[in-house]
Amino acid sequence: MSAPLLDARGVAKDFGGVKALKDVSLSIAPGEIYGLIGPNGAGKTTFFNCLTGLYAPDGGGFTFAGAPLKASAPHQAARRGIARTFQNIRLFAHMTARENVMVGRHVRTRAGVIGAILRDPRTRAEEAAIARRADELLHYVGIADRAHDLAKHLSYGDQRRLEIARALATEPRLLCLDEPAAGMNATERAALRTLIAGIRADGVTVLLIEHDVKLVMGLCDRVAVLDYGQLVVEDVPAVVQRDPRVIEAYLGAAPDEAGQGGAGEGGHA
Amino acid sequence: MAAAPASAAGRAPVSAPIPARVWVAYAGLALLLALLPWLVGGVLGLGNAWLRTLNFAVLYVMLALGLNIVVGFAGLLDLGYIAFYAVGAYMYALLASPHFGLHLPAWAILPAGAALAGLFGVILGAPTLRLRGDYLAIVTLGFGEIVRIFLNNLNAPVNITNGPQGVSGIDPLAFFGVSLAKPVVVAGITLLPLAATYYVFLLLALGVVFVTLRLENSRIGRAWVAIREDEVAAKACGIDTRNIKLLAFAMGASFGGVAGGLFAGFQAFVSPESFSLMESVMVLCMVVLGGMGHIPGVILGAVLLSLLPEAFRYAAVPVQKYLFGHVVVDPESLRMLLFGLALILVMLYRPAGLWPSPLRKRELKRSGP
Ligand SMILES: Nc1ncnc2c1ncn2[C@@H]1O[C@H](COP(=O)(O)OP(=O)(O)O)[C@@H](O)[C@H]1O
Ligand SMILES: [Mg+2]
Repeated sequence: MSAPLLDARGVAKDFGGVKALKDVSLSIAPGEIYGLIGPNGAGKTTFFNCLTGLYAPDGGGFTFAGAPLKASAPHQAARRGIARTFQNIRLFAHMTARENVMVGRHVRTRAGVIGAILRDPRTRAEEAAIARRADELLHYVGIADRAHDLAKHLSYGDQRRLEIARALATEPRLLCLDEPAAGMNATERAALRTLIAGIRADGVTVLLIEHDVKLVMGLCDRVAVLDYGQLVVEDVPAVVQRDPRVIEAYLGAAPDEAGQGGAGEGGHA
Repeated sequence: MAAAPASAAGRAPVSAPIPARVWVAYAGLALLLALLPWLVGGVLGLGNAWLRTLNFAVLYVMLALGLNIVVGFAGLLDLGYIAFYAVGAYMYALLASPHFGLHLPAWAILPAGAALAGLFGVILGAPTLRLRGDYLAIVTLGFGEIVRIFLNNLNAPVNITNGPQGVSGIDPLAFFGVSLAKPVVVAGITLLPLAATYYVFLLLALGVVFVTLRLENSRIGRAWVAIREDEVAAKACGIDTRNIKLLAFAMGASFGGVAGGLFAGFQAFVSPESFSLMESVMVLCMVVLGGMGHIPGVILGAVLLSLLPEAFRYAAVPVQKYLFGHVVVDPESLRMLLFGLALILVMLYRPAGLWPSPLRKRELKRSGP
């Protein structure tokens, strides 16, 4: 394996008595689709929050692309190339889909107050490039026709895609998706799968939290299982699926039945 | 009506062609603004009191647009905004009056006042970065009061502000050697001081409108709105929310600083009384009533709330005399009563303000095929 893109070492997080993460160590190689699964409350989202700087871990830390990540500095995580979506969709509800994605370009653009007021050629060119990129990304995730709709008026599935487009706008090296298939129907899930595979093919490493076991096992190169804040196992899907601890902790059924995704709250939405 | 092509909305809304009727509306508005002093003074025969009210309305437009950056765009509730107006006003008062014997020119003081007010904006913003909603409102309220109390008490041991008596004899506004205290002759037309002041205020207010419009439609403006909509998501998008919020506080405050300087030069007198909490509340009402975050709405709110209470005041006595034969409620109480009633009605029936941003129009736009 080449040098990892992300290396988490001994990450721990407590919420007053609740140990949401206990000494979690894992590493993700460039170009991988890495799955993170586990029952509700296992600490998956907390892991994302620590990684993206929304929470400061109580122990351990992250190395990203060879350099340590500063704790609790979300905008710097984005600058370093880590983008994310949220389990409970967090779009800018009263902005259009296009504007949402344009906000994603913030971190890769520079215009300030003076540029905004004078609208000099440089600012105008930058602004045009932001809009163009936003349109491309909306097209890329398949919601170009919704560009001028307010984010809050998009369907659930389209909102999830919009979040992905906004995250991609930051030009991430690592894209972290927190249950992107939740609330999607079978057709939307199939499209999402194609989309994630395409994102990886375009050179972005993907870290995927998902309850849909079929989606995870079919898509991921490696899968880690969290249970009560602890990393239970980390391996290729075929091995993880057969691990007795995993079956007990999460899948809760024989491997051939596990594909039904019984544990997910969004499993049958 | 025919000039609104449905298909043009597609590619780039920023550079979409502006329909002819919009141009006509703009031209009409420009003409109205240009002739307003004559309409008020001459045609309507309302006299100087109304010209003064008109000038104040223009100042309030600047204030409301400044506060709108903080409250409307960035979504940060600020109840101490008038402090920045005070900073600008006292800056002008102290640097151009017999109080210190300084008589610096307006072109130097006004930008300096804007900068100092911007600095105060950062000073207010820095400790409140983690606060939102109610908590932020309380802290900003305290800030506004602290500034006023300082102005009230900085007359001893060293007399800086002259305390509650305020500073009087302030130099009138003058630009390029032309004083606005005397009639100004422009291209053969003689402008009385109040009218000349109106044009200067209007010009600066248009500048403020221009700057706000440009900011709204920019990378910074989008970042402000993103913070308002969802701060966590904004951070995850790489927005340094600390700096962007401070920028909102500073920009908003600087508009207040300019307006304050103009106020001082216009009134020739400032005292802490002019910068009470009620003034902050008034400016906030203008923003909320007009349509938070929507520039034309905020302007409308500022104009209405500066003019209507005055109109009530003038109408109160004659109307009551006509109806009841004598005055039942004194004009000042009636004015506040009606003002409160108007606020309640607007918030009940138009919770997004009188002229909210045309979200519905925008969402109906579809991109081209
Ligand atoms: N901000 C928080 N404050 C307190 N407890 C939290 C917070 N976030 C998560 N937790 C707790 O941490 C545990 C892990 O939650 P989470 O990471 O959301 O799980 P998952 O995403 O795997 O379902 C849960 O017990 C949850 O209640
Ligand atoms: Mg979760």
